[in-house]
Amino acid sequence: MVTAPSLPGPAPAALRFHPLRDSATMSRRNLRHMLRYPSTTLLLVGMPIVFLLLFVYVFGGTLGAGISEGPGGRSEYLTYVVPAILLMTITSTVQGTAISIAMDLTEGIIARFRTMHIARVSVLTGHVVGSLVQAFLSLAIVMGVALLIGFRPEAGLGGWLATTGFLAVVTFALVWLSVALGQVSRSVETASNLPMPLILLPFLSSGFVPTDSMPTGLRWFAEYQPFTPIIETLRGLLMDQPVGHHGWVALGWCALITLGGYLWSRKLYGREHPS
Amino acid sequence: MTTTPAPPAISVTGLRKSFGEHVVLAGLDLTVPTGTVYSLLGANGAGKSTTVRILSTLAAPDGGSARVRGHDLRTEPDAVRATIGVTGQFSAVDSLLTGEENLLLMADLHHLPRRDGRRRVAELLRRFDLVDAAQRPASTYSGGMRRRLDLAMTLVGDPQVIFLDEPTTGLDPRSRRAMWRIVRELVSTGVTVFLTTQYLEEADELADRIGVLHHGRLVAEGTAEELKRLVPGGHVLLRFADPTSLEDAERALGTSSRENGTLALRVPSDGGLRSLREVLGRLDDRSIEVEGLSVRTPDLDDVFLALTGQPGTEKVST
Ligand SMILES: Nc1ncnc2c1ncn2[C@@H]1O[C@H](COP(=O)(O)OP(=O)(O)OP(=O)(O)O)[C@@H](O)[C@H]1O
Ligand SMILES: [Mg+2]
Repeated sequence: MVTAPSLPGPAPAALRFHPLRDSATMSRRNLRHMLRYPSTTLLLVGMPIVFLLLFVYVFGGTLGAGISEGPGGRSEYLTYVVPAILLMTITSTVQGTAISIAMDLTEGIIARFRTMHIARVSVLTGHVVGSLVQAFLSLAIVMGVALLIGFRPEAGLGGWLATTGFLAVVTFALVWLSVALGQVSRSVETASNLPMPLILLPFLSSGFVPTDSMPTGLRWFAEYQPFTPIIETLRGLLMDQPVGHHGWVALGWCALITLGGYLWSRKLYGREHPS
Repeated sequence: MTTTPAPPAISVTGLRKSFGEHVVLAGLDLTVPTGTVYSLLGANGAGKSTTVRILSTLAAPDGGSARVRGHDLRTEPDAVRATIGVTGQFSAVDSLLTGEENLLLMADLHHLPRRDGRRRVAELLRRFDLVDAAQRPASTYSGGMRRRLDLAMTLVGDPQVIFLDEPTTGLDPRSRRAMWRIVRELVSTGVTVFLTTQYLEEADELADRIGVLHHGRLVAEGTAEELKRLVPGGHVLLRFADPTSLEDAERALGTSSRENGTLALRVPSDGGLRSLREVLGRLDDRSIEVEGLSVRTPDLDDVFLALTGQPGTEKVST
C-alpha cells in the first residue's frame, strides 16, 4: 500500500476541534430560540406554578393537617411542598429540552451539523447549557411566587448557595437524560410524552405527602426512587435542617443519571439517522 | 521525480447499502475529477439520496469504499467533513432563526473571524437574493427561499466538494436558472459539484458527466451527448384531426405508437429529410390528412426512460 498523495487540502491545523467554542456557539443558538419565543418558557414555568397554587390553596388546608404533629395547616403545607414544586419546575423544563431536540432532528438542521467539521458533542452541550439557563430562570420565577404567597425558608447564605448548587446538579442530570429522550423520539409528539414519567415521579415520592402515609408497595417504591432523596435534600437545605444520608444518595443518583444520560446521548448522536 | 496525477475529488468503488432485505446500492462505482460537475440521475427510490448521505458521512455503507479528496470515508470522516458542503434533499435550516442568523451560525461554526463572517454573510445574502428577507425568521420563507438559504448556508465555509441533492426541486424557472449560474461560478473556481436531479434538462445544462442509477448500479455513464447516442429516441410526432385518420395512419405506418389521450402518433425516425419524406409519402398514398407535425431528436428523457424502464419503478430487487 502506498501512502495517499498529499493534497492541497486543509492543513492538519484545520482539522483541530474546538469543543468549547462550538459549544458556546450552539448555546447562543439555543438561548436565542428561548428569547425569541418566550411563550415556551412561560408555558413550562406555568405548570409548576399552577400546581403550587392548586396544592397550597385547594388541598393545602387538609393535607397540611395530615403531614405533621404540629399545628399543620396551609402555611405548613406550603413549606412542605415547595421542594417538590422546584423539582417539578426542572422536570417541566427538561421536557422542553426533549421537545426542542426532537424538533431539531425533524428540521434536518442536525443532519447539517453532522456533515460539518464541528465538535460533535457541541450540538448537545448547546441544548444542555440553554436548558440550564432556562431552568434557573424558571426556578427563580417559581421561587418568587412561593415567597410571595408566604414561603419562609430558614436557609442562610450558605444554605442558599448549597441549594443553588444542588439544583444545578439535579438539572444537569435530568437535562442530559432528556437530551437522550429527545433523540430516541422520532417525532415532537413522542418527545413531549416520553419524559412524562419524570413529571409523574414527584407525586410518587415524599414530595407531596410523607411516604409513610402510602400503601406498602407504593411506599417501598417512593422510598427508593431517586426523587425522594432529592426532595428531602432540598427540604433540608431550604429549612436549614440536617440532610443526613439523603444528600449522598441524591448526589449518587444525579451522578448516575448524568453519566447514563450523557453516554446514551452520545451513542444516539453517533448513530445513523434515518432521514 | 514524476508528478502524481491529482487524485479525483470523489472516487467510489463497489459501494453497497441495503435496508433489511431491500438492496439499494449493489456495487456502485464512480469517479468525479476535481473541478467538474457530476450528476446522478435515477427514478424515485433509486438510491440517489442514499448515495449522497453515504458520501457526506451521514450514513455508513455496508460494503465498498469511497474517498473524498483522497480521504477515506470510513477512516477519516473528520477530514472529509472539513472539505465538503452538503445541501440535502430536505431543508436543513433553523426555522426559528432569521436568514441572517442562520448564516452567521454557519460562520461561527466555521470559526470565521467576526468581521470576515459578517462580510461573507452579507455577500451570500446578496448573491442568493435574500437581502430583503434577511431579518425574517426562516419559518416565514417560501419553499424556494428556504432552498436558497439552505444552499447559501452550505457555501459559508468555502467547501471544496459540494453535494446537492435535488437542489432545484420546487424552484421557479428564474430561481432555477440563478441556481445553475451559481453552480457554474463555483465550478469555475475549481470546486467539485456532485448533484442529483429529477430534471434531465438540469443535468444536460450543468453536468460534465452523468450517471444513471438503476437497480443499485450505474446502468449508463457519460456526457449528455454520449448518453443521447445510446438510445434511438428520435421520432416524428404526427397530429390528426379525427380518430379515423389516426387509425388509418397507424395501419399505414406499422411501427408507431400513440401518444396517450391525444390524436397523435409517434413514429420513430432519425429526423432526417429522407425518412420524413417517406412517412409523409405513405400517408399521402392513402390520402390521410395530417393536421400537424413536429420532429424530435432524442433528449435525456428518452435516455432515462429507455434505461430505467417505466418511471416510478420503486422496488429494486437483486
Ligand atoms: N432509513 C431507511 N430505512 C429503510 N429504507 C430506506 C431508508 N432510507 C432509504 N430507504 C429506501 O431506500 C431506497 C432509496 O432511497 P433514496 O432516498 O436514496 O432514493 P432517491 O433516489 O433519493 O429517491 P427520490 O428521487 O424519491 O428522492 C428507497 O426505496 C427507500 O425507501
Ligand atoms: Mg432523494
